[in-house]
Amino acid sequence: MGFPHPPHDRESVVLSKYFGDKEAIGLEGWRKRGGYVALQKALGMTPAEIVGVVKESGLRGRGGAGFPTGVKWSFMKPGDGKPHYLCCNADESEPGTFKDREIMRWTPHALVEGCAIGAYAIGAEVAYVYIRGEYTEALDRMNAACKEAYAAGILGTNAMGTGKTVHVYVHKGAGAYICGEETALMNSLEGRRGNPRIKPPFPAVAGLFGQPTTINNVETLVAVPHILNNGADWYKKFGRADNPKSTGTKLFSVCGNIQRPGNYEVAMGFPFKDFLYDLCGGPLPGRQFKAIIPGGISVPIQTREEAENSPMDYEGFVANGTMLGSGGVIVIDDAQNLVKQIARAARFFAHESCAQCTQCREGTAWTTKILERIVAGEGSTEDLDTLLEIGEQMTGKTICVLSDSCATPVKSGIEKFRGDFEALIKKKKVHMVPAQVA
Amino acid sequence: MADVKQVNLTIEGRPVTVPDGTSILEAAKTAGVLIPHYCYHPGLPVAGVCRMCLVEVEKAPKLAPSCATAVAEGQVVHVHSPKALEARKGVLEMLLINHPLDCPICDQAGECELQDYTYQEGRSEGRYRDPKRFNPVEDFGGDVVYVANRCILCTRCVRFMDDVAHDPVLAVAERGDRALIAKFEGHDLTHAWAGNVIDLCPVGALLSKDSLNKARAWELDRSASVCPNCSQGCNMIVETRDNQVVRLRPRPNEKVNKFFMCDHGRLSYRWMNRKDRVDVPLVRQGGVLASADWEVALRAAAATLSGKKAFVLASPNLSNETLFLLGKLARKTGGGGAFRVPQGAEVPLPGVEDLALRPDRAANGRGAELMGFTRSDAPLDGLGAGDVLVVADEELAELDAAGVAKAGAVIVIGTTLPAWARHAANVVLPIANCTEEEGTFTNLRGRVQRFLQAKAAPGAARPSYFVLGDLLAASGEGSGFWTAGQTFDALAAEVPAFAGLNYDGLGLRGAMTQGALATGGATA
Repeated sequence: MGFPHPPHDRESVVLSKYFGDKEAIGLEGWRKRGGYVALQKALGMTPAEIVGVVKESGLRGRGGAGFPTGVKWSFMKPGDGKPHYLCCNADESEPGTFKDREIMRWTPHALVEGCAIGAYAIGAEVAYVYIRGEYTEALDRMNAACKEAYAAGILGTNAMGTGKTVHVYVHKGAGAYICGEETALMNSLEGRRGNPRIKPPFPAVAGLFGQPTTINNVETLVAVPHILNNGADWYKKFGRADNPKSTGTKLFSVCGNIQRPGNYEVAMGFPFKDFLYDLCGGPLPGRQFKAIIPGGISVPIQTREEAENSPMDYEGFVANGTMLGSGGVIVIDDAQNLVKQIARAARFFAHESCAQCTQCREGTAWTTKILERIVAGEGSTEDLDTLLEIGEQMTGKTICVLSDSCATPVKSGIEKFRGDFEALIKKKKVHMVPAQVA
Repeated sequence: MADVKQVNLTIEGRPVTVPDGTSILEAAKTAGVLIPHYCYHPGLPVAGVCRMCLVEVEKAPKLAPSCATAVAEGQVVHVHSPKALEARKGVLEMLLINHPLDCPICDQAGECELQDYTYQEGRSEGRYRDPKRFNPVEDFGGDVVYVANRCILCTRCVRFMDDVAHDPVLAVAERGDRALIAKFEGHDLTHAWAGNVIDLCPVGALLSKDSLNKARAWELDRSASVCPNCSQGCNMIVETRDNQVVRLRPRPNEKVNKFFMCDHGRLSYRWMNRKDRVDVPLVRQGGVLASADWEVALRAAAATLSGKKAFVLASPNLSNETLFLLGKLARKTGGGGAFRVPQGAEVPLPGVEDLALRPDRAANGRGAELMGFTRSDAPLDGLGAGDVLVVADEELAELDAAGVAKAGAVIVIGTTLPAWARHAANVVLPIANCTEEEGTFTNLRGRVQRFLQAKAAPGAARPSYFVLGDLLAASGEGSGFWTAGQTFDALAAEVPAFAGLNYDGLGLRGAMTQGALATGGATA
């Protein structure tokens, strides 16, 4: 359902089935709704079997990068004599994204179950759930769910009575965007400053506490119990027939200038046009969509035409000038000053840059200053060229992609909506000139 | 190391073979290619944050940070390709947008890597038109002052304090372009090795209070030397301006001090510039010390020694060569010699094996021992009544100078003329100090290292080995000690521990002496 709106019959409700259902929050209610059946089943399988099923299902990372989950899990070599760790990235801080929050608020046990299965599948006995600092309600519910799960013997040294050890620990972040980057998250978990680490070594080789680690998004892990319960083939059925690379359902968080913002769960490949106009109710009265950011603020901005042509899956968005990202749909209509929106996005990245890499530390702030100057009517046309060049310098040259993320909306904004920038530049602020005293 | 796999690659068209695991940046150095970099330093863990060392690696999708990318077989690396150059140009421009560009008043100007690389490959003009970030200058305690506006956040200082000094008082505070280096509340940069952050800083952000505004980098003359302030023998560079030592800085030597030098050593240079030097030979005539020319003074000294036993009280800051000749002089007359070494606390640099400010606060105690001198806290005890006391640059500070009275005559070979010597000395021969002559020291591990002349000796003062060579000649001992090299080679032929060494072969990295002490790297 388009939570908090009434469900729409074109949604494919799997993960969001119990959003708004207060009884699903507690363990008893969750068990009545089929909870922990998959975990019981998983603990009876070998880790390799679970990885095989997940690989077969085509599940890809829902945090933004879209890396195949089963393949990621297969990087973890069982029996290497080292402790393995699973990190669940619940630091959902990408502006425009709020799907993981609802998962943790309404179905915390689904995440506990997903973490437990994921940990077992990669040979880990410990899973850490790193929750964004601002998500206090989600944090409380996750803590309560873990407590219940331990009390019921679901977690612990004899998980579900199988003699296997699965621990799930909840950790609260301190409110930094960068801690959603996987290696920064690990640094933060270890008690260090949340700076992304240089890769290699990749987390699967040396991650949390220097040990092999897998890190997955909340939505990814929550999908795993459903895949185990219903089979890979069932999961693969969600998706475009002509695109087997994107499977399953995906939660989209919709915000901005639209009739019905909220969380929607649709099958991969759902037409974005129908999504915007039918499910979400289209633009506000008397307005038109102008620009759409479909995957959180880090992905390129789409024009209305591009958006209307996009199938909602990894490949469909790439073919239409953007990326699926985290599924945070930001809708901007024709009543907005788009440049101001982009400047605000840049300001966010400038604020959140960890300050390690030169291009990011200086580039995000420089970009912001230029954009804010343009918004204030002090810009020049050379500024646009400078912005594009800075954007080029900020892309693909740094440790993590925060810098790229800042450059992306700016570059795509100038490329696709240059007229908006130029209009602001032309409408130069007129400075008062003191009258000549004779 | 023979079992380490060797990797072949091509850097800027040159074939390079290096051990597996070497970074591209280090591999390039072996081919004579310096990849511009800021945060990378061979003595610190890799951070990979400045993004200055980006190079193009064929078949790689993105530019690679060469400091953090290991070499691979068959790799083809382009350092100066248009793509790599464009990226570094971008980094330089970004580093400069908030930089005050105050080179004319910055101490680092002339030896600043930001300046150098900007001239080398930066844009001629910046495009930044907005207000610059401002942070006030902060006193970091110790000898260090932090000019935040010039900082490029390379974090070398933070990593040095964390990983080498093991005294993590520095950190990056704030985020984004507000970031700056900060000390932890209540902590100062007072670690005994903290001064190294000044050398490590590639720009003018961390400056020495001691040398602040003393000289422009291009006004300094530089000489390779060895620190005389303890027995570790850290390799250093003596920097002089107008014949005055104004700064001592470490000179890398993998075997001794890596890249570092302690604050005690670095700041103990004022004695090298002493103004109360004896700069002319003196001979006692009619009860008073009168200036004389060298001929007269040397003859007088030889006459004083004639037929007497000489007891030599030597400074452990004299070179091996001088101590060798002093020992020769003592033996020739059937006498002996002693020395004492001022003591202090040992302060190790924890992150580097066998590197410390040593308790022996003099360079060449080991050399004095090898030349047959006796280490003693009461060195005058060995002086026999009626012997000729030869005091070689030892001021007898805190010793009972009355002991000198036992001597039949006193010859002072020194840089200064202490009060007791004005009354007691029969002949005074002025010599150069260790920054005014060349020679070798032997460090506590038995490593023989050369130091070169950094400035001119005052007045008529002469190099100490030269004076002693003359004195031996005047005493009928033959000669041939005209240079430090000749003297060292004679020493090597006579003193077993130095067998097989020759002056030119020492180079500027030094060589180990023979025997039990030849275990460099062992911890005392």
